Order: sequence, then structure tokens, then C-alpha cells
Amino acid sequence: MVEWTDFERATIQDIFSKMDYEVVGPAALSRCLIVYPWTQRYFGNFGNLYNAAAIMGNPMVAKHGTTILNSLERGVKNMDNIKETYAELSKLHSEKLRVDPDNFKLLSDCLTIVVAAQLGKAFTGEVQAAFQKFMAVVVSSLGRQYY
Amino acid sequence: MLSTKQKELIAEIWGGLTPVAEDIGADALLRMFASYPGTKTYFSHLDISPRSAHLLSHGKKIVLAIAEGAKDISQLTVTLAPLQTLHAYQLRIDPTNFKLFSHCMLVTLACHMGDDFTPVAHAAMDKYLSAFAAVLAEKYR
Repeated sequence: MVEWTDFERATIQDIFSKMDYEVVGPAALSRCLIVYPWTQRYFGNFGNLYNAAAIMGNPMVAKHGTTILNSLERGVKNMDNIKETYAELSKLHSEKLRVDPDNFKLLSDCLTIVVAAQLGKAFTGEVQAAFQKFMAVVVSSLGRQYY
Repeated sequence: MLSTKQKELIAEIWGGLTPVAEDIGADALLRMFASYPGTKTYFSHLDISPRSAHLLSHGKKIVLAIAEGAKDISQLTVTLAPLQTLHAYQLRIDPTNFKLFSHCMLVTLACHMGDDFTPVAHAAMDKYLSAFAAVLAEKYR
């Protein structure tokens, strides 16, 4: 079981409650596809990912980015049960989507950067550590059902 | 390999950051210590509390070295030669820590530059910091 301090719980709830998923989701996913272009291998049917502008304007990327954030919210609402929360999705990513779990960390890092850019000075070292701890637990749960 | 455009972008960004080298460097270090407490073990001889003189001066050193390298990325091995020796024979910092620091530097840049830290800038910066770290570790073995 993951132990969360009061500060960590409050920080995670605060960040996500103020987040516009339809902005942050697309920004994070498109950033991942741009900064780590090999991640595009999983999005062959998304159409034009030819350059940064195409990726940032791609409606399928935007929609999927929002989907991902909505899914993250489930972890935010179930911080004491994250492993169980993502068990199904882990199976999906392993058995059907065949995503290398190392990629989850890449997307997580891009999300951290997007949130940092939005919050600026408010994204202190302590806030960053709490956010990264939450994301690490989610990432670990997503890789849990791989075999 | 960094494209010409990427090299120009990186030189431009770091050129603009040298006036605030202290703040940028100290911020990145503090983030690293908060998220990755194991990294503090390399600093037991310094006072690394927020805004301490040691932290600011050390942060400044690091940022100025990164900025110096950015002026002519094709000459990175030449520019960093003294630092390569220092890290290999004296500091002997495990190179996995360079990745941790680089990540925190990217977060610092995002906080500092906001929307100006575009995905394209982010990609170029990540590439540059990876190259910088690789050169730094070249004399390790």
C-alpha cells in the first residue's frame, strides 16, 4: 500500500481539480510524440504526425490526450487503491495494445513539464516531488499486469 | 545529432539564461534533492538549503558550464575536457544522476519559460542535455 502524506494528497487533489483536461491532455500527449518520436509507433492510425505542427493540430491526438487525463482522474479519486484502479487498463496495454511500459514514464515526464509550465513558480520542488510520486505509482500500476 | 536549427535554439535559450544562472541552477538542484533524495549524498560537504550561498554558487557554476557548451555544441568534447577529468577522477558521480538532474533542469525551464518552453524547444533541450551528460561521463572508463 502506498503511504501518502497530507501534503501529497492535498497537492494532487489541488493540481487535478484546477486542471483543464482538454488542454493539458492534448498538450502532454502531443509533447510526448514530439520529444520522443519513437512513441509514434503506437499511433499508426492517427493520421498526420509528420511534424510538430501536424501533431499539435491532430484531432485524434487531442481526443486521446483528453481520454488519458480522464483516466488519470480515476487514480486521483482512488489514491489508496491505484493498483486495482488500473488493473484492467494494464491488461489492455499489455495484451491488446502491446505498449512497452517504459513509454508510460515518457508520457508522465511530459505531463510533468506541461503542468510545470502552467503553474510556474507554484510548481515548487515539493509539489513536483508529490506529483512525480503520484505519477510513478500510476505508471507502476499500468505495468503491473504485464508478463 | 542536433540539427542546425536545434543548436541555434539551444544557444539562444542558454544565452538568455546566463544573467539568472544562479536562480536557474539552484532551482534545478533543489528540485532534484526534493524528488531524488539519494542525490543529496554527493553534497554532504555543502549547505544545500534553499538560497544558501553554496547552493547558489554551485547552481551558477553548473548553468554557466551548460551555457558555455551551448555556444558551440560541435566542440562539446573540447569545451568540457577539464570537467570530464573532474567528474571521472574526483567527483565520480554515478552517471544515472545526470539524467535526474537533466529532468529537473527541464522542469525548471518549463516553470521559468511557461509557454515559451514549446515541445520543439523541449525536444532540442532534452537532446542537448543528454549529449552534455554523455560527454561528461566519457572519461569514466
